[in-house]
Amino acid sequence: MKHRTFFWFILPSLSAMVLFIALPIVSVLIQSVFVAPSQVLVTTQSCGPFGCTETTTVDAAATAKAAEAHPLGRFNGLGTYLDRAHLATAEVAQAWHDSPTLGAFVRALMTLPFYSALAFTLTYTFAVTPVALLLGLAVALAVNALPRAIRGPTIFVSLLPMIVTPLIGSLILFWMIDARGIIGATLQWLLNDPGLSLKASPALTWLTLILYGIWQQAPFAFIVFYAGLQTVPHETLEAAMVDGASRWERVRYVVVPHLAPLIVFVALIELMDNFRVFEPIVGFSAEASATSLSYAIYSDLSGEVPRFGSAAATSILTVIGVAILLAPVLVRTWRDFNRKVV
Amino acid sequence: MDQSPGRSPRMLAALSMTLVALWVLVAAFPFLWTLWGSFKVQADFFSMANWRNALWGTQTMAETGARFTGAGYYGAWVEQAFWRSALNTGIVVVFTVIISLTFGTLGGYALARSGHRYAFWLLMLALVFRAMPHITLVSGYLLPFFAWNLWGHLGTAVIVLVAINQPFTLWMLHSFFLNIPKDLDESAMVDGCTRMQAFRHVIVPVMWPGVITTGLFSFLLAYNDFTVTALLLSQHNQTMIPKIASFLGSTQVEGKVMYAVAAVVSATAPLFVLILFFQRQIVSGLTAGAVKG
Repeated sequence: MKHRTFFWFILPSLSAMVLFIALPIVSVLIQSVFVAPSQVLVTTQSCGPFGCTETTTVDAAATAKAAEAHPLGRFNGLGTYLDRAHLATAEVAQAWHDSPTLGAFVRALMTLPFYSALAFTLTYTFAVTPVALLLGLAVALAVNALPRAIRGPTIFVSLLPMIVTPLIGSLILFWMIDARGIIGATLQWLLNDPGLSLKASPALTWLTLILYGIWQQAPFAFIVFYAGLQTVPHETLEAAMVDGASRWERVRYVVVPHLAPLIVFVALIELMDNFRVFEPIVGFSAEASATSLSYAIYSDLSGEVPRFGSAAATSILTVIGVAILLAPVLVRTWRDFNRKVV
Repeated sequence: MDQSPGRSPRMLAALSMTLVALWVLVAAFPFLWTLWGSFKVQADFFSMANWRNALWGTQTMAETGARFTGAGYYGAWVEQAFWRSALNTGIVVVFTVIISLTFGTLGGYALARSGHRYAFWLLMLALVFRAMPHITLVSGYLLPFFAWNLWGHLGTAVIVLVAINQPFTLWMLHSFFLNIPKDLDESAMVDGCTRMQAFRHVIVPVMWPGVITTGLFSFLLAYNDFTVTALLLSQHNQTMIPKIASFLGSTQVEGKVMYAVAAVVSATAPLFVLILFFQRQIVSGLTAGAVKG
C-alpha cells in the first residue's frame, strides 16, 4: 500500500489515539510538576455580645484572579512526587532510620498512602493472575472431558461474571457477603461467630477483593484455554498414549506446552487488567482497608476540590509501573520482529 | 483429549463433573440470587432473622401483601429517573460503536495491507496504549476539558470512549483483515479501481462477520464503562453505571438499597440477552487474538 493511501486510511484512528491517549499523557506529565493555585483565605473577626469569633472564608475573587494569572498553578518540579502522599522520600528515610527491624519498617511504610496502595495493587495483581489462570485451565480441562451437550451452557454461564462490569459484579457479591446477606450470614453460622464481618478487618477485605478478582478473571482464561484445547493435535496425544504416558503426563508434556503461547497471552492481558484494579474497591466500599493506585487517582479527582497535581503524579507513577510490566513483552516482540525481517 | 467416556476412569469423570458443577454454581448463583431478591423488600433481601426469608418473601408478604414486589424497580426507574441514565447509556453506546467501527475498519484494513515497518510500530504503539489505565488518561482530560468547556457533555464521553477503544479495535480488525485474501482487493485494483473503491466494493461486502464481533466488544466497553463516564459527565448526563454508584451514597435509608439492586438487575439484563444471542461471536472474538498471536 502506498504511504499516501495508508496515511489517509489510518488518519481518523490515529488522530483519535494521539488526541485522547498520547496528549493526555503529556498533559498529565505537565500537571504533575505544578501545584494548584492555593485558595486565598480571608480571616475576619466578628465581635458580638458573647465574645469574638474568627471565621476564615475563601476569597473567591482573589482565588479566581490568582488562577487566571497562573492556570496551572505554581511550578513545583518533582515536589509532588516526593511529598507524603506519593513517594514520601523524607518519611521513608525517617522510617528506615527509626525502625529497629525490617518488620517495623514495613509497617511504617504501610501507613504511607502510596506504598499501601502499591502493596495492594501488586498483591492483587500477583495473587489473582496465577490463580485465575490455574482455575481457568482446570475448568477447561474438566469441561473438555465432559459430554458435548454440557459445554455450551457452561460457557454461557461462565461469560456472565466476565462480561458484567466490575462495579456491578462486585456490588452483587458485596450485597451477598453483607452480615445480613446470604453468604455473610451463612459464614457466621458455619463459624459460629455472630460478630463476623468480612468488611471489618483489612486482611479479610483484601481476601474478599482477591476472591472477587479470581471470580471475574477466571472465565477469560477458561474460554481461551478451552478453545486452545480443541486444537491439540490428536496424533501427538495418541503417540504419548502408545508410549505409556499417564493421563497426568499427557497433560504435563503435551497439552500444557501446546497451550504455552495462549498462557502467555492470557497472563499478559490479565496482568494489565489487574494492575488497574479500581472498580471493585468502589463496589465493595473497601477504600478504608484497601486502596489501589487507580483508586488513589480517582479519589484525588472526585473530591470536593480535585487535586490535579497529586492525581497526575500518581498517574505518572502508575504509567511507569505499567511500562515495567510490559517491558519484557515489548522486548521479546521487538526481537521476534527483527529476526523475521533479517 | 477427546476420548470415549468408557475409557476415561470413573474417578476422573466424577471429579471433572464436580469441578464444572461447582464452577457453574459459583458463576451463576450470585446473578440468580440478586435477580430473585430484587423483587423482595429490603428486610427480606438483607434478612436479620433468617436468609430463607428471601426465598419465601416473608417480610415482602407482610409489607406489601404479595410474594413479589416491583417497588425497587419503581423507585429506581421512576422516582430516581433511572430511565434518563438508560437513555444516556443508549446514546453513548450507539455512537461509540458506530464511530469506533468506522475508524477501526479503515485503520485496521490499512495496517493489514501495508507491509511497511511503521505499520508494525503502530500496532506496538496501540498495544502500549491499550495498557494505559483509563483513570490516568481521565486525569489528563479533566483540566483541559474544564478550561475549554467540554466537560459534562455526552459527545465528549463518546469521543473519549472511541479513542480508548481504538487500540483494541485496530488489533481485532487488523487480524481479521489479514484473513481476507490479498488477491481479492488487489485484483480489483488491477481492474482499475482505486484503493478506496476496492475497499468499498470488494472488502466491505465480506467484512461483516469480523465487524460484528469487534462491534460487540466496543459495545461492552462503552456500556460497562465507569471510569470515564463517572468523571466526565455532569449529573444530568450520567449513564447507568455511575448512576448506580451514586445510589450507593443513599443506601442508608431503608428501602433505597433495593433501588440499587433493581438498577443493577436492569443494567445486567441487556448483557444477558447479548450473550444469549451472540455467545459464539463473543467466544470467537476472545480467542481470535490469542490463537493467532
